[in-house]
Amino acid sequence: MTDFLRRLLMTPQGLLGSIIVVLVLFAAVTGGWFAPHDPDAMAALARYKPPGGEYLLGTDQYGRDILSRILSGARSTVTMALLATVLGTLLGAVVGTASAYLGGRWDEFIMRTIDAVMAIPSLLLALLVVSLLGAGGANALLAVAVAFMPGMARITRAVALTVRKQDYVSAAIARGEGSGYIVLREMLPNVVAPIVVELTIRVSFAVMLFATLSFLGLGAQPPAADWGLMVSEARQYLHRSPWILIWPSAIIAVTAIGFNLLGDGLRDALNPRT
Amino acid sequence: MSASYILKRVALIFYTLLVVSLLVFGITQVLPADAAVMMLGENATADALEALRNSMGLNDPVWLQYLRWIGGVLQGDFGTSLRTGQQVGPALFSALGTSLMLAVFSLAFMLVLALPAGILAAIRRGKLTDLLVSFLSYIGVALPEFVTATLAVLFIADWWGILPPAGYVPLSQDLAGGLRHLVLPVAVVSIIMIAHVSRMVRSELVDVLHTDYIRAAHLKGLSRSRILFRHGLRNALLPTITIVALDVGYLLGGVIVVEEIFSIPGIGRALMAAIQARDLPVIQAGVLIMAATYCIVNFAADLMYAWLDKRIQYD
Repeated sequence: MTDFLRRLLMTPQGLLGSIIVVLVLFAAVTGGWFAPHDPDAMAALARYKPPGGEYLLGTDQYGRDILSRILSGARSTVTMALLATVLGTLLGAVVGTASAYLGGRWDEFIMRTIDAVMAIPSLLLALLVVSLLGAGGANALLAVAVAFMPGMARITRAVALTVRKQDYVSAAIARGEGSGYIVLREMLPNVVAPIVVELTIRVSFAVMLFATLSFLGLGAQPPAADWGLMVSEARQYLHRSPWILIWPSAIIAVTAIGFNLLGDGLRDALNPRT
Repeated sequence: MSASYILKRVALIFYTLLVVSLLVFGITQVLPADAAVMMLGENATADALEALRNSMGLNDPVWLQYLRWIGGVLQGDFGTSLRTGQQVGPALFSALGTSLMLAVFSLAFMLVLALPAGILAAIRRGKLTDLLVSFLSYIGVALPEFVTATLAVLFIADWWGILPPAGYVPLSQDLAGGLRHLVLPVAVVSIIMIAHVSRMVRSELVDVLHTDYIRAAHLKGLSRSRILFRHGLRNALLPTITIVALDVGYLLGGVIVVEEIFSIPGIGRALMAAIQARDLPVIQAGVLIMAATYCIVNFAADLMYAWLDKRIQYD
């Protein structure tokens, strides 16, 4: 494990990605504890303040502290993105493994159906699910999970099939190992690694997809401190103060970059040969 | 490529559209929307609503409603919009034309930037150019369309006033004005794809440049440019066709956001409006048309791939 961590932190992507993700997760877990102001407190006299002084990143159209809103928004945005990705991955993994295990006609039928669902752009699929369930945070979570499911099912199936054909699995069968040993000790570690890499990279898509849903008015609802919603609300006021718009945009991008970098770093660390 | 392969692919397209139609019909059935109330208004009497439901067939069993809908679609009749009372088909297909124009411009713009960037990065592997391209591509894939669109409007349209911030002018009406309105949307839709495709081109070309036949070409004494263009690129760029075709799904999603922000009357904007108004016939037809577009593009890409690369034998 330490060996793996060292390999991860040796690559520039892994190091930078880990730092960003740790910081973002820390903000998500602590929520607004370290926020210098109440994220929802309005101050009529302190509207549209540029960065600096008492308000480190400035204030928004209601005089709310932008830094505090970003910090407390991390909880909803990042936690939701993580949960949605994990849920989508689990659903996809079940379908993908079942398809690989059943094989034959069932495999063909399940995968063709998964391919068919993937013909609907994931944003549109998420929009449909949200319109079915109604706008709001929890429903957006489900929508993103559903939108990720087909892609993850495809990946899990492909990985499970290749691992099944590996020599070390055949060797374990030839040694007469029990199927429990083969599945748990030989196959699972090799199936989990690529899926964890894919999951990490997907979190960045989930952050972006969530922000987009909120932006379109179908995710988090005002006055919640949600990054996508902050961008959406700031558009009306960008002539008064561009900072209201720039900070949440930047934090969405940095978070997405962090998870992307970490995913690439993990891939390199888990596959030393390539 | 055999005729049976093409037949199989066409059958798959129909299967895909069958699944998508069932899915979208199922979703719209569960949607809390009553078409009769939407058409007659909240104050309509119960008798009038019931009569309209009967005449529209809304009281029939669900499977009969599905068959009636899909039968109409197969004859080119997508129903009438609950919101505008107009035929859905003609309105959506003309919107699709606008969206496809946006998509084609974006694809072209993407290829013009992503191919040279990927190729340069692969040739100068590990050098400054390579690092710069991969740095920019990390930023590129991390920017959602609504963020880039909003920032582009802020900096380019508002501060510098070079380009119009939103709106759409048909190219047939005013070519220069129409193009000016397209610059920002096209750039915004392409950014994520530029980042993605340039990365793919780089890694494909790096792989190809390490193969034995490239080494053999070097040993034969061929010039570097001849090796790159005749031997390297031909093999490296082929898989890019498939990647670009799969990205079209992403492109269609991005088009929805960009059309909404820049007020472009395309199919994405029509769908957003329909979802907000719970205009069921438009949602059903719009999703089906988008999925069909995706299928056709991927089918065309497979055919092109097999035509360009004679080693590929589909069967």
